[in-house]
Amino acid sequence: MPKDILTEITRSLVECEAPDSVAELSQKALEHGEEPLAIINQGLVPGMEIVGEKFQTGEYFLPQMVIAANAMQQAMGLLQPELLARQQNVEVPGVFVIGSVKGDIHEIGKSLVATMMLASGFRVYDLGVDVAPETFVEKVQELDADLLGLSALLTTTMAAQEDVLEALQEAGIRDRVKVMVGGAPVTEEWAESIGADGYAEDVVSAVELAKHLLS
Amino acid sequence: MRPHLKFLSDDIINQITNEGLALLMDPGVRVENAEALDLLANAGADVDFESQVAHIPEDIVRTALETAPSEFYLYDLDGEPVVHYGADSVQFTPGSGALKILDSETQEQRAPVTDDLVKFVKLVEMLPQVDAQSTAFVCSDVPKEIGDLYRLYLALNYMRKPIVTGAFRKDTWWTMKDMLAAVAGGEEALAERPTAIFDVCPSPPLMWSDLTCQNMIDCARHSIPSELISMPMAGATAPVTIAGAVVQHTAECMSGVTICQLAAEGAPIVWGGSPAIFDMREGTTPMGAVGTWMIDVSCAEVGKALGLPTHVYLGMSDAKVVDAQCGLESAGSAQIAALAGVNMVSGAGMMDFESCQSCEKLVIDAEIIGMANRLIAGVEVRDEPIALELMRKMGHRGDYLGQLHTLKWFREEQYIPSEVIDRGSLEAWKKKGRKTTWERAQDRVVALLDTYESPPIADDLRSELRALTLKPAQTFGMDELPPLPED
Repeated sequence: MPKDILTEITRSLVECEAPDSVAELSQKALEHGEEPLAIINQGLVPGMEIVGEKFQTGEYFLPQMVIAANAMQQAMGLLQPELLARQQNVEVPGVFVIGSVKGDIHEIGKSLVATMMLASGFRVYDLGVDVAPETFVEKVQELDADLLGLSALLTTTMAAQEDVLEALQEAGIRDRVKVMVGGAPVTEEWAESIGADGYAEDVVSAVELAKHLLS
Repeated sequence: MRPHLKFLSDDIINQITNEGLALLMDPGVRVENAEALDLLANAGADVDFESQVAHIPEDIVRTALETAPSEFYLYDLDGEPVVHYGADSVQFTPGSGALKILDSETQEQRAPVTDDLVKFVKLVEMLPQVDAQSTAFVCSDVPKEIGDLYRLYLALNYMRKPIVTGAFRKDTWWTMKDMLAAVAGGEEALAERPTAIFDVCPSPPLMWSDLTCQNMIDCARHSIPSELISMPMAGATAPVTIAGAVVQHTAECMSGVTICQLAAEGAPIVWGGSPAIFDMREGTTPMGAVGTWMIDVSCAEVGKALGLPTHVYLGMSDAKVVDAQCGLESAGSAQIAALAGVNMVSGAGMMDFESCQSCEKLVIDAEIIGMANRLIAGVEVRDEPIALELMRKMGHRGDYLGQLHTLKWFREEQYIPSEVIDRGSLEAWKKKGRKTTWERAQDRVVALLDTYESPPIADDLRSELRALTLKPAQTFGMDELPPLPED
């Protein structure tokens, strides 16, 4: 039974079943005496990997990605207290702060990246939209973040990404955090010209870039 | 709710039908086929055997229109009914009988050979949007006298879908029938579950050549469906007015249905064609002209009103390379045909009037067909209430992407194209090499051919098809058939 239930968790995640099903199965696994770390590493993580692969081969689309990521997140909410109680930790690849820059109220792209980073194991803090440079700086300092993601959908708000980089510089913490930029008008050249550490064109490459920057 | 396009009122359709019937009496139809003239004379038509003109009274035609089936199916090689000729079913097949292929590398038109047709047949198998095969072009590496049957021989070695074909001679029809019977498991099985339909073309205005008339009679007697390809050229061989060209098409098709039903009552026959306007500057017959589209779907409207399955030649372009004109003409006319509910639309892959086929255009056209099919699937109420419950649950949260409702419906609500259609960001497009539609189509052709698997065709059947083809080949001076690509 215990072995099967981990497979069940993976399957439920991959098949995007009813929203609570992954969490319910994870709860059941705990009741059967499964270790929370095993549930994560042998149930949830393999499931997200399969979903990611299916997305990249074109079999899956954004809805499956987001639904699976949400299900994983919900299950993690359940498992975190259990980990704490056992004084265990999941290995976190990094702490990630993200937001749409000042003047930009576009949410979807930024939220997708946040969701996928979360599903890839990162600890994620989503500051929302229209975020002031000083707010980014404060949060990075407070969390000692490894990564900062700056989103901008418009050519007019793209310049605000540069403001954040300057603010980091002024606060003297530019060297302590890797900065990723993205959004429709953003290009590799732009990222380079403002001194960002990387540019990603979509959610999948954003996660890849994040892992690459921290490796 | 499915959208429907109509150009003709019931009154106009009536008038067109009546004028068509009147034309079959005066001036009548010139039929260069003795057997057909006998059939017409025996049925009561006034036939002048010397001038080969038959004056056909209305009641004979009306009876034929009644006995011709209003619907029938074409079957795939697994015996499944996959193409429905009838009602408002809409299906697509590549244009047939091109003489050139657009080279995949040079974009130059050249004479096609065996390998080209095999590649094309495989592609059609791999494209779910394309409902039937067609004998898309004539291979130049065999004697032209066997050009028709050789196409069918190649296709039968690689296909599972049914096929739209046609014969260029009276005797080759019999070989083609034998091939189809061999694959179907006998003539009876072929009649019961036809896998092929033969195009038969009257000559404008109001004439039947010996060859095509005989093909139609032979099809009828073997219960093999035939498809009328009436092709008035408005302003050249037909009246320049759209309605006038439709009258000519109506008369020609009615004469075809009559001869067919006199040969074998109840034989399946399709009200089809390839009418076109005549370009008054170039002297050509553009298939991409809006006037051509209007004539073609109006012709189909008349056929529907008379209770017959319908066909048109649309979804094509007159462009010489795969460019903007190529896309806009193919897309516009395919959508018009779909909206008109034409049962079979021939044209995918075809360009430069009806003279050239292209693998790359075919994979682009598959996307056009996908969009056309989505268009006529219409707007559906999926939930009751439509959105009230869902939108109240979501309130002002914008994360519909993560809802099971989205997962449940997005594939049906949206047509999801292949990578031939670029919908990535500018940066993503640059990163993938700034590829044009043509280049993306090239990639897709290669990718689809890579994943094609040969259908299970028994060795003895393969040899039988080869023997059937080799015999006429040798008659016309070819000792050995070109090897199949896998040989």
